[in-house]
Amino acid sequence: MREALLKVFRGEKDNGEYVTYKVPIEEGMVVLDAIHYIQAMYDPNLAVRWNCKAAKCGSCSAEVNGRPSLMCKSRMDKFVDGEEITVQPIKSFPHVKDLVSDVSWNYRANEKIPAFTPAPDADWTFYQEDIDRVQEFRKCIECFLCQDVCHVIRDHDRKDFLGPRFMVRSAGLDMHPLDTVERAKFLKEEGGIGLCNITKCCTEVCPESIHITDNAIIPLKERVVDEFYDPIAKFLKSVFGNKK
Amino acid sequence: MADYEIHEHDVLVIGAGGAGLRAAIEASSMGVSVGLVCKSLLGKAHTVMAEGGVAAALANVDPKDGWETHFQDTMKGGKMLNNWRMAQLHAQEAPERVKELERWGAVFDRTKNGKILQRAFGGHTYKRLCHVGDRTGLEMIRTLQDRGVHQGIKVYMECCVSRLLKDGDKIAGAFGYYREDGRFVLFKAKAIVLATGGVGKSFTVTSNSWEYTGDGHALAYDAGADLIDMEFVQFHPTGMVWPPGVRGILVTEGVRGEGGILRNKDGERFMYKYLPESTKKDFAETDEEAKRWVDAALAGQQTDARRPPELSTRDNVARAIYQEVKAGRGSPHGGVFLDISYQDPERVKKKLPSMYHQFKDLADVDITAGPMEVGPTMHYIMGGVRVDAETAQTRVPGLFAAGECSGGMHGANRLGGNSLSDLIVFGKRAGAGAAEYAKKLEGKPTVSDDAVKAAQEEMEAPLSRPDGKNPYDIAKQLNQIMSTHVGIYREEKELEAGIAKLEELKEQVKHVGVKGNRAYNPGWHLCRDLRNMIICSEAIARSALSRKESRGAHSRLDYENTDDEVWGHVNSAISRDGDKMKLELTPKPEMPAELKALFQKKEPVNA
Repeated sequence: MREALLKVFRGEKDNGEYVTYKVPIEEGMVVLDAIHYIQAMYDPNLAVRWNCKAAKCGSCSAEVNGRPSLMCKSRMDKFVDGEEITVQPIKSFPHVKDLVSDVSWNYRANEKIPAFTPAPDADWTFYQEDIDRVQEFRKCIECFLCQDVCHVIRDHDRKDFLGPRFMVRSAGLDMHPLDTVERAKFLKEEGGIGLCNITKCCTEVCPESIHITDNAIIPLKERVVDEFYDPIAKFLKSVFGNKK
Repeated sequence: MADYEIHEHDVLVIGAGGAGLRAAIEASSMGVSVGLVCKSLLGKAHTVMAEGGVAAALANVDPKDGWETHFQDTMKGGKMLNNWRMAQLHAQEAPERVKELERWGAVFDRTKNGKILQRAFGGHTYKRLCHVGDRTGLEMIRTLQDRGVHQGIKVYMECCVSRLLKDGDKIAGAFGYYREDGRFVLFKAKAIVLATGGVGKSFTVTSNSWEYTGDGHALAYDAGADLIDMEFVQFHPTGMVWPPGVRGILVTEGVRGEGGILRNKDGERFMYKYLPESTKKDFAETDEEAKRWVDAALAGQQTDARRPPELSTRDNVARAIYQEVKAGRGSPHGGVFLDISYQDPERVKKKLPSMYHQFKDLADVDITAGPMEVGPTMHYIMGGVRVDAETAQTRVPGLFAAGECSGGMHGANRLGGNSLSDLIVFGKRAGAGAAEYAKKLEGKPTVSDDAVKAAQEEMEAPLSRPDGKNPYDIAKQLNQIMSTHVGIYREEKELEAGIAKLEELKEQVKHVGVKGNRAYNPGWHLCRDLRNMIICSEAIARSALSRKESRGAHSRLDYENTDDEVWGHVNSAISRDGDKMKLELTPKPEMPAELKALFQKKEPVNA
């Protein structure tokens, strides 16, 4: 039977080392299966976060061979025989234990976003073509891989930037046909949208294939530019009023 | 100074899936202080796995639909064993709860007229399932999560409750720990809502996540509530069967709702021959008629054609697949074929995007080009904590339950899509019931120090036995017992042998041990889960042994018939009697005449 060598980061609060485990490879196995094998056969202590095992809940985020990935979606058969597979926790957030990071910052960031606010007289008739884009954003499973790979959060530790996940959420609310909140000021000031320099790393790692940069962040940036930096738009607004 | 954190709330909600979130939102909106405990991170609960849709008789697609038909379908699906009042409230209130989700920001797929689109599902007479592609559960949980966040509900993430605490006969609090570092926590509460979901992890092949260890069932049982209808365990007909790593993962009924065809290895569309006599007339007789129905459904048109046989109820389809496989007519990996590839590939990708990706990424199968392999997987438990239909209160004052961990709503078999609507209808009612109770309660219940100390010692025990039995081994044995002896088909001697093995396992669990410390320690966590899983497993096995008939999801090889005379009138109820499990047969609530009349009328015309 084929065997894989899994080099797994073990330890608490960044104090740790890589421990290598031999795991037999079954057909169709994913990295999360290998981690579960280690738990059951070698060490029930190994900390890992997971829930659905079907790429729907976004719990099992990790860096597999340095690439931010869902472990439940990382198939073992894409690695060559004898290759050591490195598994480490996502890096942009404080380490807890083994493969688990503390992602609570994301929940605090989410709370800041102005809530969905429909018009009080909305009649709730709207069409599929009006919501196709919004539904794309709502596919997000909050795996936080985009947050993990975002330069602003990862390299510069700028937690005054909401990060790609919450740009996507803001875009979903902003582009909802019945929402009435103007979020440009929020995105500029509290969201730190100006810090994003469109490297598209977030889009690359999204397991839901959401076009984070092109469909969410860039249109929101344009909205902020229109609102705050475009003199002609500013003039027109002063004449015709501010319409969303 | 106690070595645990203390938090105090009027209402504590345990479980943050659809039912728990909806309960927390409701209680909080009534002005009481609410704490919400979840085992995982917020928004990861099993509700995200619900794919097909939420059932509500909005009549947006089939104008003839209404709550009465939804009520009838639900009762018939549940083989009339449902608590009629729960089924009635559910059918009546689901449309308003769904519209409420939309007002809170959920973005459902639309009809051409700009209303919420509805799709067909097994057992539903009309197209009734409001959906968002095949990720309806995610849409619901995210909507509720974001609504809750802005309402000041205090969320305790990655936190487990191990014991409920009482003051006399009343609920007084809960004891638990945080997964992150294992620190203990005491919640003082006037009322508690259990919304912990199901028990799937007791079985080998299941669609359920690690969290489904029957916590609410076991906590309630220990606190003195009773568990009803535990023998009714739903095997979803279509789980993935291959590759082994994903075995059991759900393939949404939406595939069949969109026209997916089931075939055996000989290419035979076998579902025609498994339709029960009583419902045969509601289904297409030929491929041609089924195709007309699908074509009309795809085009959004009405038709006189009857729905395809694949849309029979889950219990029928699961048994049909099991029998085909057993007769040697299965697919290469022990399932059957489910085919949607005859339809336009782009449409399939649009309507079933997660199924497309799930098979592409995990099994290298392109479902737009060929069939999927599917087979039954343990999916849902109809049984659960007995509650009052109006308030969701259990027989323990101050203890409420909603969602999968409560019983009664679905009877002997749950219709697809009725789970998501159950969550919001009874989540709201439980939240309101608990808040109301907390407001009226005079004085504050107190938690005894001894009870807290006992709960603490219980949690610490496995860590003091580093050379004890491996919890993973015991979990594996439990899975084998349940799958072998209490599976899709049951009989007396198998069940008796299963119960004897469970008794042995109960002894072994007393010697379970784990190495390491309390910080994020999955093995330690499993020690606690095992206790709950074994309570639920024993309740399932004992109820299954007791019910000497076949009904809904409960199939006895030694009692193949449905026996309305004797068994159509009773629920099985499990409660704790010292260290023993007590089983009683309690009369099912009598339906009032005006509702009974609904079942005597002419059958509703099929859409």
